[in-house]
Amino acid sequence: MLGLGILSGLLIVPLCGAAFILTLGEETEAVKRNARWAALITTIVTFLLSLAAWSRYDIASPSFQLVETHGWLAETIKFKLGVDGFSMPLILLTTFLMPFCIGASWRSIDTRVKEYFVAFLVLETTMIGVFCALDLVLFYLFFEAGLIPMFLIIGIWGGKRRIYASFKFFLYTLLGSVLMLLAIMAMYWQAGTTDIPTLLTHRFPVHMQTWLWLAFFASFAVKMPMWPVHTWLPDAHVEAPTAGSVILAGILLKMGGYGFIRISLPMLPDASAYFANFVFALSVIAIIFTSLTAMMQTDIKKLIAYSSVAHMGFVTLGLFTLNEQGIQGALFLMISHGIVSGALFLCVGVVYDRMHTREIAAYGGLVKRMPLYAAAMMVFTMANVGLPGTSGFVGEFLSMMGAFKANPMVAFFSVFGIILSAGYALWLYARVIYGKLEKPNLQGILDLDLREKIIIAPLVALTIWYGVHPSPVLDAFAPSTEALMTSMKTSLSNTQAAERAAAGKAEIAAR
Amino acid sequence: MTHLHSVMPTIGPLLPEIMMALGAMALLMYGAFRGERSTEGVNVGALILLILTFFVVVSGHGKITTLSGAFISDNFSRIMKALILIGSAATILLSRDYFQRERIDRFEYPVMILLCTIGMMVMASANDLISLYLGLELQSLAAYVIAAFHRDDVKSTEAGLKYFVLGALSSGMLLYGASLVYGFTGTVSFPGIVTALSSDSTGLGIVLGIVFIAAGVCFKLAAVPFHMWTPDVYEGSPTPVTAFFASAPKMAAMAMTVRVFIGAFPDVTAIWQQIIIFVSIASMALGSFAAIGQKNIKRLLAYSSIGNVGYALIGLAAGTEEGVRGVIVYMLIYLAMTLGGFAVLLALRRKNQMFETIDDLSGLSRTHPWLAFCLAAMMFSLAGVPPLAGFFGKFYVFAAAIKAGLVTTAVIGVVTSVVGAFYYLRVVKVMYFDEPRDAYEPMPPGIRIVLGLSSALVVLFFLVPAPLVAAAGAAAKSLF
Repeated sequence: MLGLGILSGLLIVPLCGAAFILTLGEETEAVKRNARWAALITTIVTFLLSLAAWSRYDIASPSFQLVETHGWLAETIKFKLGVDGFSMPLILLTTFLMPFCIGASWRSIDTRVKEYFVAFLVLETTMIGVFCALDLVLFYLFFEAGLIPMFLIIGIWGGKRRIYASFKFFLYTLLGSVLMLLAIMAMYWQAGTTDIPTLLTHRFPVHMQTWLWLAFFASFAVKMPMWPVHTWLPDAHVEAPTAGSVILAGILLKMGGYGFIRISLPMLPDASAYFANFVFALSVIAIIFTSLTAMMQTDIKKLIAYSSVAHMGFVTLGLFTLNEQGIQGALFLMISHGIVSGALFLCVGVVYDRMHTREIAAYGGLVKRMPLYAAAMMVFTMANVGLPGTSGFVGEFLSMMGAFKANPMVAFFSVFGIILSAGYALWLYARVIYGKLEKPNLQGILDLDLREKIIIAPLVALTIWYGVHPSPVLDAFAPSTEALMTSMKTSLSNTQAAERAAAGKAEIAAR
Repeated sequence: MTHLHSVMPTIGPLLPEIMMALGAMALLMYGAFRGERSTEGVNVGALILLILTFFVVVSGHGKITTLSGAFISDNFSRIMKALILIGSAATILLSRDYFQRERIDRFEYPVMILLCTIGMMVMASANDLISLYLGLELQSLAAYVIAAFHRDDVKSTEAGLKYFVLGALSSGMLLYGASLVYGFTGTVSFPGIVTALSSDSTGLGIVLGIVFIAAGVCFKLAAVPFHMWTPDVYEGSPTPVTAFFASAPKMAAMAMTVRVFIGAFPDVTAIWQQIIIFVSIASMALGSFAAIGQKNIKRLLAYSSIGNVGYALIGLAAGTEEGVRGVIVYMLIYLAMTLGGFAVLLALRRKNQMFETIDDLSGLSRTHPWLAFCLAAMMFSLAGVPPLAGFFGKFYVFAAAIKAGLVTTAVIGVVTSVVGAFYYLRVVKVMYFDEPRDAYEPMPPGIRIVLGLSSALVVLFFLVPAPLVAAAGAAAKSLF
């Protein structure tokens, strides 16, 4: 059928759903209902399709699979899609989280419902596109295209300061990304192609790598976000509607980490090794500084947003340890954080829908009226802290183990992040869930209804399942990580050999 | 027969221009004899003539010179003429309803557009300095008249006068530069200048000549520092005329600029490259920063067009085949974005009153979802956000700049594009985030067609970009 493979299907299905919703007429109750169901069915179909892709995926192979190529800009810039061990889990995470986002918006979005779901479905296409693009220009295209729907989601359905937040989000990310575009062009003229599998085997001159690395870093660091360019994130998170926050924390932040592992580390290994200490420094500052900031927050969403920045600090730390444990841990943390922080934002959404405030001070003693909610929140809080037995533990433990191997001092300082995260997360839990139920407007608050139970139960199960049995995810990452390590080691030792040879020559010349 | 051939030049390559000239005269006669009732007929006739000429232009092939080498027909001239003709035809479609409502629908208007178009086509095909000047003046004189076409309106007449005075000055500078180049090389033909400059060492006279020519073309392009007339003329002219100035003449001016610098001075790149780089950076910066404070959409689009010329000039500054390809792709996409933007502006009408401030767009997404969608696509595209067409325009010029080693220029360019994104986003914000106002009247069919086609190109370009890029590549190749 037109030579389209399963990955194109993943890109096209959400767009078809969006097109269908656009054809619906004036916004009546019936149309709103149809739009919601259409969006839900579309995201579920996309998820099932991604499971079909997963079933065809050979987990033991490090190479790109399900590859499909279509003619596009030129012979050297093609519409090429494919997945490997790094991208497949992230695609599954994306398609998995989307139905929950639609479910979370079921009641809370009641104006311009059609446009809302269209924006979400288009956003899903761009996110899947980022993870399966095998051409740098295509990668950039999807990477940036996601800004438009997210800008609209924050700006139209957001909170009070939504306009400020949406502009800040858009302009920050755009400024970082345009430098990456120039780097992509420079790579194109150097290597003659933007095909990612070809570039993975191409060796860029060492001095050029430095500049390319910095340009890519500008983009990924903003997206990640790393300290000190993280300030857009708390604003965007707080103002975005619940589902928008879930997507931001769950998927969009992972694009930065994915960019590092897909482009910076394998294509620019010398520069990555050179800048590793710089990244360590920023990561450790992020972990300690944003954890402290999180403690001082009075807004629940803002607190979780700062804790996301801290956790992303562990991800960058793990990635740049340049050893297997660190990278595996960082990747696992990305998946785990995607589930846990998404779930935490959904939990905030649950009480926000009831009380229409996110002030911590407005809550207290919820356990008495909402026991189920308290239990679910407990699991996610513990996972956020990194308690053994939850998925948060595995990732943080592995990436710190990698950090210890690379640089014990870095590991030492980053441990404080775990202590601090226990501080802010448990304190938040205590203030919101425990204590006396004295606020008069909380007296009548209801526990989770059926829709919310359906949304939250699978996330609780997954958080605990991956905590006690992380190997399915780690096994998926393993072959690609090993391949990456081997290629990085060879190229680094090649560079060293070349440097030694050059030094030797200089010595001979000096004699 | 052979005797006749030696006296008569080959007229094959001139066919589109001859068609246009004869057609324009015939329509003028028709209008003059039928009087004011003829406007509708002249409009339709002009449109048909432009479309026919378009097909004649695109069916041409090869590289032919005629009129003793003064006129050239190659891939580059044909693609630029095609863009010029599209711009002119779209202007006529956009103008009809507006002029009828303002009661200034006279048959002279389409005829003036046709004459202006002939001038622009000659500019795109000029192969020596004299035919270049000839085309430029024909284009400019017609443009001065249509700027002041709303003759009872103070703003419009002021715009026409401003345009005329400053335009005449710039034509003078261009002519002076051309005469210096002629004086120092002994020839006006572009290939002749190339030969003269390759054998001779370049003197100060040539440098002066190139500087004056650059000043002249920068005025026509509305590039900084010769942009001052643009916001006033754009704001004062009737809106469809502004749409015309922002579209077709820009194509012609860019064609002329590329032809002069690449065709006549390819071996003295060092002299003009720094001028172009300066003009390009200054235009991008001014276009982005000055637009931030604008409240009137026409002025905003004027500054936006200054900025866009700056981006296109990056491709010329590279001075390579890739660079020229980037310029052509950029101009093609710019044409669609500009026409689309003005089509939306012309659709903002309620009870015979036009609205043209950004605040009038408030809540447009609620009252006119498709109109808002189209304008939002134009704005994101102008900001260079993929997957919209504007991204590909920027992609090709910046890629050429990186290849030519102009990394600093490229970095400044992308940073100003982020600044520019701010004010494009503001338009989207007003349309989507703010509270709606009263609805506007339904769009007339002419505006609908232009808006539909340009939005389709802007939104769907990323699906099949290859054919247009390949055509631009072939056009660029014909210059080298």
